[in-house]
Amino acid sequence: MKYLALIYDTEGAGPAPGTPEFDAYMERWFAADQAFKDAGVLVGGEALEPSSTATRVRVRGGKTETMDGPFAETKEQLGGYYVFDCEDLDEALEYAAMIPVGETGTVEVRPIMDLSGVG
Amino acid sequence: MTADRAAVERLQAELAAIMRADWGRLLAVLIGDLRDFQLAEDCLSDAFTSALEHWPRGLPSNPRGWLLQVARRKAIDRIRRAKTRVRSRPDLAYLMALDAEELAPAHEIPDDRLRLIFTACHPALAPKTRIALTLRTLCGLATPEIARAFLDKPATMAQRLARARTKIARAAIPYAVPEPSAWDERLASVLTVIYLIFNEGYSASAGEAPVRHTLCDEATRLARALDALRPGEPEILGLLALLLLNHARSPARLDATGAAVPLEEQDRTRWDQALAREGLELVETALRRGRPGPFQLQAAISAIHVEAASFEETRWDEIALIYERLLELTPNPVVALNRAVALSFAVGPGAGLASLPSGLEDYQPYHAARADMLRRAGRVRPARAAYDRALALTGNDGDRALLERRRDALA
Repeated sequence: MKYLALIYDTEGAGPAPGTPEFDAYMERWFAADQAFKDAGVLVGGEALEPSSTATRVRVRGGKTETMDGPFAETKEQLGGYYVFDCEDLDEALEYAAMIPVGETGTVEVRPIMDLSGVG
Repeated sequence: MTADRAAVERLQAELAAIMRADWGRLLAVLIGDLRDFQLAEDCLSDAFTSALEHWPRGLPSNPRGWLLQVARRKAIDRIRRAKTRVRSRPDLAYLMALDAEELAPAHEIPDDRLRLIFTACHPALAPKTRIALTLRTLCGLATPEIARAFLDKPATMAQRLARARTKIARAAIPYAVPEPSAWDERLASVLTVIYLIFNEGYSASAGEAPVRHTLCDEATRLARALDALRPGEPEILGLLALLLLNHARSPARLDATGAAVPLEEQDRTRWDQALAREGLELVETALRRGRPGPFQLQAAISAIHVEAASFEETRWDEIALIYERLLELTPNPVVALNRAVALSFAVGPGAGLASLPSGLEDYQPYHAARADMLRRAGRVRPARAAYDRALALTGNDGDRALLERRRDALA
C-alpha cells in the first residue's frame, strides 16, 4: 500500500546555506533518505523550490488562466514529499515521523488510491 | 395475548440481551475474518434479524456461535453478489473453510476485542469519532443513541461513523494490537476514550438521566473488559479505579431538582460503599506496581476524597502533592487549576489564587473556582464579577443553579 507524505513547513525557518547548522540539517535529511532506502519502503521523494516560484494554472470556459503564487497563502507551505510503500498506516506514520522537518513542520500522510483493479 | 406472542417477546428479550452483552465480541471476530468494518457490521445486523425469524422454531444450542456462522454466510453471499471489486476483499476460501467448521455447542468464540478497541481508538481518527466508533462497535449502541449522547442529529452521527469506517479501510489503519514501542501512547488513547465516555455520561444534565447511566455503565464495562484482556496493566487498573470511585460519589452529586451539589455539601452517607471499596482496592493494587501514570494518580486523588470522613478532614495537602506529580506527567493548565484549588483548601484561598494558571480565560470551571476562592477570601466585588463570568460560560442547568446561589449569597 502506497502513501504520500506531504511535508509542510514555514519557509525560511531552516538554517541558512553555508552555515555549519545547515550542513548538520542536510545530514539529517540524507540519513532519513538512507534509512527509508534501507528499510525498502522508499518509492520516491523530492524537495521543492520555494512557494514564491509557484504558478497556478486552470482552464475556465476553454480559456487557460495563469496566476502567480501557491494555491493557498498560508504560513506553512508544501516543501517536498516522499512516497512510501508500507504494510499499513501505522508503518507509514512511523516513517513519516522520521522525516526531519523539526519543530515547525508537519507531515500529512495520505493513502495513494489503488487503481490497479479499475477498468 | 397468545402463547406465541409471549414466546416471541421472550425471544426478543433474549436477543436484546445477547446483543448488549456480546455485540462487541462477535463483531471483533467478524472484522478479523472480513477485514471490513462496514461489511462486518452489516452482516452481524443481518444475523440478528435472521435470528428473529429462525429462533422461534427452536433456540440453537450455541446462540452466539449460530449468530457468527450466519453472519459469515451473509458475508459470503454479499461478496459473491458484489459486482464491483471489493477494496480489501476478504478471502472467500478462508471464509468458507471457517463456515465448514463443526459448530460445537460449547465452541469458544475467541475474544478479539483488544484489536477492535485499539483500532476504534486509533489516534488517526478525530477524538469524537473514536468515542462514537467505540460506542457503536464495542458496546453495540445504536447510532441514534450515540447521536443523543452528543446532542447530534442521527444523520450527522451516521455520517461521522461512515467516514470513520471508510478511513479505516482506505488509509489501512491496521486491525491490530500495537507494537510494544507504541503501546504506552496507544493505550493512553484508548483509556482517554473510555474516560471521556464516562465523563460524557457523568456531566449530562438531569433531564438526560437514561443517556447518563448508559454511558457511565458502558465506560465501566469497557474498562473491566480491557483489564480482563490485559491483566495487571497498572494504568488500566487506575482508570477502572477512577471510574468506580467517581461513580461511587455520583448518588450525592445532584439534588432532587437536578442542581449540582458541591463536594463540601454532599451527603457522604449516600456514596456507594461497595463501589468505593472496590475502587480503593484497585488503586492500591495499581500503585503497588510502581509505575504510576496519569489515571492512577487521578484515582489516588479520588480515593483520598472517598476515604475522608468529611470535607474538612480531607487530606488536601496530599491531594495538592499528587496534582503536582500529575502536572509533571501531563503539563496542562486544567491540572494546574485543580492543584490551585487543592492548595486553596490545604493552605488558604490566598495560596490558591496565587497559583491559578493563565490560559483558561474561556474555561467555565476556572472562573467558578476563582469566584469561590475570592468569596472565601472575603473579596466580595471581584467574587461577584467572577461568578458572573462563570455563569456566562455555563450551559448546564445544574451548574447554573449552584453558581447563582453562591453569587446571590455574597454579602
